[in-house]
Amino acid sequence: MTTPSAEVTAAGVTDRLTGLVRALRAHGFGIGTGESVDAGRALEAVGFADRERMREALAATLLHQEGQRALFDRVFDLYFPASAGPVADETAGQADTAALRERLAAALAADDRSALARLAGEAVGSLGGYGSSPGSDGWSSYQTLARLRPETLLARVRAMLRDASALEDAGSQAPAFTDRLTDDEIRRRIEAFREQVRTEARVRVAERQGRDRVARRAVGGAADSVDFLLAGRAQLDELRRTVHPLARKLATRLAARRRRAARGRIDLRRTLRGSLSTGGVPMRPVLRRRRPGRPELVLLCDVSGSVAGFANFTMLLVQALHDQFSRVRVFAFVNRTDEVTDLIARGSSDPAGLGARILAEAELTGWHGQSDYGSALGEFVERYVDAVGPRTAVFILGDARTNMTDPNLPAVRLIRDRARRVHWLNPEQPSLWSTGDSAALAYAELVDMRPCRNARQLGELIGRLLPV
Amino acid sequence: MTTGYFTSVDDVAERLAATGYLASPAVATTVFLADRLGKPLLVEGPAGVGKTELAKAVARVADARLIRLQCYEGVDESRALYEWNHAKQLLRITAGREESWDETRTDIFGEEFLLSRPLLTAIRSADPTVLLIDETDKADVEVEGLLLEVLSDFQVTVPELGTITATRRPFVVLTSNASRELSEALRRRCLFLHIGFPEEELERRILTMRVPGLDEALAASLVRVVGALRAMDLRKVPSVAETIDWARTLLALGAGTLDETVVRDSLGVILKHQDDILKAAAKLDLDAV
Repeated sequence: MTTPSAEVTAAGVTDRLTGLVRALRAHGFGIGTGESVDAGRALEAVGFADRERMREALAATLLHQEGQRALFDRVFDLYFPASAGPVADETAGQADTAALRERLAAALAADDRSALARLAGEAVGSLGGYGSSPGSDGWSSYQTLARLRPETLLARVRAMLRDASALEDAGSQAPAFTDRLTDDEIRRRIEAFREQVRTEARVRVAERQGRDRVARRAVGGAADSVDFLLAGRAQLDELRRTVHPLARKLATRLAARRRRAARGRIDLRRTLRGSLSTGGVPMRPVLRRRRPGRPELVLLCDVSGSVAGFANFTMLLVQALHDQFSRVRVFAFVNRTDEVTDLIARGSSDPAGLGARILAEAELTGWHGQSDYGSALGEFVERYVDAVGPRTAVFILGDARTNMTDPNLPAVRLIRDRARRVHWLNPEQPSLWSTGDSAALAYAELVDMRPCRNARQLGELIGRLLPV
Repeated sequence: MTTGYFTSVDDVAERLAATGYLASPAVATTVFLADRLGKPLLVEGPAGVGKTELAKAVARVADARLIRLQCYEGVDESRALYEWNHAKQLLRITAGREESWDETRTDIFGEEFLLSRPLLTAIRSADPTVLLIDETDKADVEVEGLLLEVLSDFQVTVPELGTITATRRPFVVLTSNASRELSEALRRRCLFLHIGFPEEELERRILTMRVPGLDEALAASLVRVVGALRAMDLRKVPSVAETIDWARTLLALGAGTLDETVVRDSLGVILKHQDDILKAAAKLDLDAV
């Protein structure tokens, strides 16, 4: 195995740098030639001895936003790997999992970063290889973690820490206040170690299969470009953390649009009428009067299993924006419709449990648990149609998959005719609309339907479509 | 063109530390690069992690004059760049009644009547300067356009005087809270630095440096509690500034160690929302607040 690391040469670095830039561009980063040149000069300035400095130098020159950092770090690890693990240990320490776990526990207790990094390398080397050894076909982080089971070390590490602190101040007082934090801290360290193992496995695979290929495929995207329908639990959690920053940005954008609108457009009819006194020459432009007051918003969300993540995120986002509107009302449906505005308002303190609480406390399902747009929309029109008036903007969220029931187009038509505007945000890509049981195209004929597949798109759409 | 304040990354870290600013490796590296490549430094991050403080520390280290442009909604050219002193020009005109038009004209558009605002001041300065453009995201998009010219060429064009080019490049720091997305054009001209919350060890050192007289063990437990709070899903997580405030509070209260009562009574110093306080109390197993 080759060990490309410490002795990086100038020519090698140029290749690696251009490779890195290409990989980042493939992930959608806007990096121009000017920035690559700056990156090269930056590397020259900080030198090649310290890998972390090289990382920071490249981040400073190539990145423009913090959201790109996690992805950058993963790609950087591929192109500028730390030395590829102690190769010698791979044959010697074969199968000695127990000893490895022991050393891992000690390193976790001491929170020794460099030891942890070394152990991650060793673990992948000795436990993660599969295929015909010795030059095994690949390395699997999953296999390594399944054999090493670092999460089961929690109790051991806790005991080690307790012994250490007992030694320090022997026979001292009752348990200290901070002891209750220990478990969470150990969990975070273990999670960090797992991430190191994943990185290590990726780096080794990259050496085998070519960096460029791995950099494009095996590195996940940034949180705000994760597809709502494919997002896992952890990704949804990460997304939820972006609600408030995003809301703040949208609020600023809305305020700017509102200010621009307040400067006003010219009212042509009244300008021309006023110009009669000056012989038809429009001397004084008359601006259109602004209607005072903020718009109302109604959100109608499908919260059935398939699209719940999308709906919850949007609900939280709209709730965070509520002071931008005179009134926000949120309705949820599966096959029946119920108002959940209060649940969401209270839910902002515990966003993680929001989805479960909506399903538990609101009456959303009738005799079965499948979504039925036809009857849900019908019920909305029957019970809550007063919520929609000429100043209301209505957003309908859902994939329009009706499970083969009647889509109830008249209900949508009625909502459209009463509301100021109706937008339908669909988390599926347009090519899937009206495949299978989707009635998307039928609805799209009546109202403005847009695809909204990730948080970034949602932010853009909301910023543009929300009325001012 | 470099500003030439520093010789190496370690040099940055050491000298910043000597003035009381403990820089993480990321901060030290990027500051060194900004100095070496002569590019403006765009600093983002949550409130209270020391973005503005960084510019001040660099100014102290380099023994440079700190010129600050505080951005706000509606800041414009005449506040940021330069303005003619109209009142003084009028006085000059009335004073010189008998002069010819040519004399007056060349005179009233001279240096004497130019009010230099932060950007022009920084560019004209012959001494080392640190230009701090604070809360850039609060300014309107038009001002960003203005900054583009100033930051890429370090020159300003005053129609009556001609183009003024910097004789000595200022060290420029822009800060942003990301309440608005800055334009890509501006970002491209800058080195980007995100200052996040410091690592446990660094934060402990910051505490002991900023709050003299604080017990080591107490500092360690403070930092651990703050770290736990940051991992929670709170509306406003405590920043370094809040940690320091908390340490000062505890020092003033005379608390030697952290225990349940102390934490419960002083949680309001670091958490600013009632929801957050309730939630943190529940997670930390405090009794009813």
